Amino acid sequence: MGEMEELRKEADNLKDQITEARKVVQDTTLQEAVAGTTLVGRVQLKTRKTLRGHLAKIYAMHWGTDTNCSKLCVSASQDGKLIVWDTLTTNKVNAIPLKSSWVMTCAYAPSGNMVACGGLDNMCSIYNLKGKDGNVKVMRELAAHTGYLSCCRFLNDSEIITSSGDCTCILWDIETGTEKTIFAGHLGDCMSLAVSPDFKMFISGACDFTAKLWDIREATCRQTFSGHESDINAIGFFPNGNAVITGSDDATCKLYDLRADQELITYQDSGIMCGVTSLAASLSGRLLLAGYDDFNVNIWDMLKAERVGVLAGHDNRVSCIGVSSDGMACCTGSWDSFLKIWN
Amino acid sequence: MTSNSNVANMRRLVEQLKLEASLERIKVSQAAAELQQYCHQNAAKDALLVGVPAGSNPFREPRSCNLF
Repeated sequence: MGEMEELRKEADNLKDQITEARKVVQDTTLQEAVAGTTLVGRVQLKTRKTLRGHLAKIYAMHWGTDTNCSKLCVSASQDGKLIVWDTLTTNKVNAIPLKSSWVMTCAYAPSGNMVACGGLDNMCSIYNLKGKDGNVKVMRELAAHTGYLSCCRFLNDSEIITSSGDCTCILWDIETGTEKTIFAGHLGDCMSLAVSPDFKMFISGACDFTAKLWDIREATCRQTFSGHESDINAIGFFPNGNAVITGSDDATCKLYDLRADQELITYQDSGIMCGVTSLAASLSGRLLLAGYDDFNVNIWDMLKAERVGVLAGHDNRVSCIGVSSDGMACCTGSWDSFLKIWN
Repeated sequence: MTSNSNVANMRRLVEQLKLEASLERIKVSQAAAELQQYCHQNAAKDALLVGVPAGSNPFREPRSCNLF
């Protein structure tokens, strides 16, 4: 057992080294650095559209990014359907019936050619939206996770990354339906993932209260961020890819800078006591929109860490939120079965 | 769990920590300045931040028929 003791000591020393190295570069705080910046004025967004059609709780939504579908989005509900919406007309472009209704996540491929979803079936199902006969069919069922699928994001039409309740994330080859890389390291269910704007990295948030930055091609974990006091449910990149935002059951969101390798600020308010379910950054990164268990979305000035607005309009938990790729609008999805478009 | 796999896990953790410890870090002042700069540079294009004039908001119902 001598080796175990030595390894434990070595691990503790390395952890201390990391803490020290982070302190060394902490020559100021974000709060001090932005002291001269004026707080953003009150942000009041209005519901412009309500997307009606799901018959049960909505668990996820994702905007299309391609210029042909920048106003399209896909949503997943436990009514067993994936719906692709034209948010300008509120028309349903596709209503895809799922084999398993226990869906927890959905994603739109950057090309607009495919959507994906998964949940308690432990699988990620890929659907081809541009099939020859116009019918939307299952293209692949990616099965290897031994726990629920919490999140999935396409890199391109042939690769997708998934996160799971089995504590791992997987990079898949969609053509062959096999695992290219397994990203292991989290000690709790992986709840959420986000891909960097340059598609070289991704971040994952888990029930071990940490967020991890992964190098997709090197297949390594580059950095681990702690600080949250409960499960991380939501994660996203600051638009320039240099920082990460997390949302947790501890009722706070945090901003971590990747190059300084540390937390810059916490978004919290003594009046907020419920968990964060979802988050999205506005185009410039100045606004952080976060959905909470108390049915509201709070809008934060990301630099000053103060609340500057609220989106109140849902009659149940806001489970998902996304900002369109051109930054024109934000979409919220709720357990009340509706999606709302705001700007 | 056998004691062998505990040691193997511990070895993996130590290797991972070595990797994370070797990172080159920049100063918080530089990180904060660059985040702030990105926000300012892109503020004008951020519809949720600066608002969208009613006439050019694709999500608003048009009040009249305009021919452009």
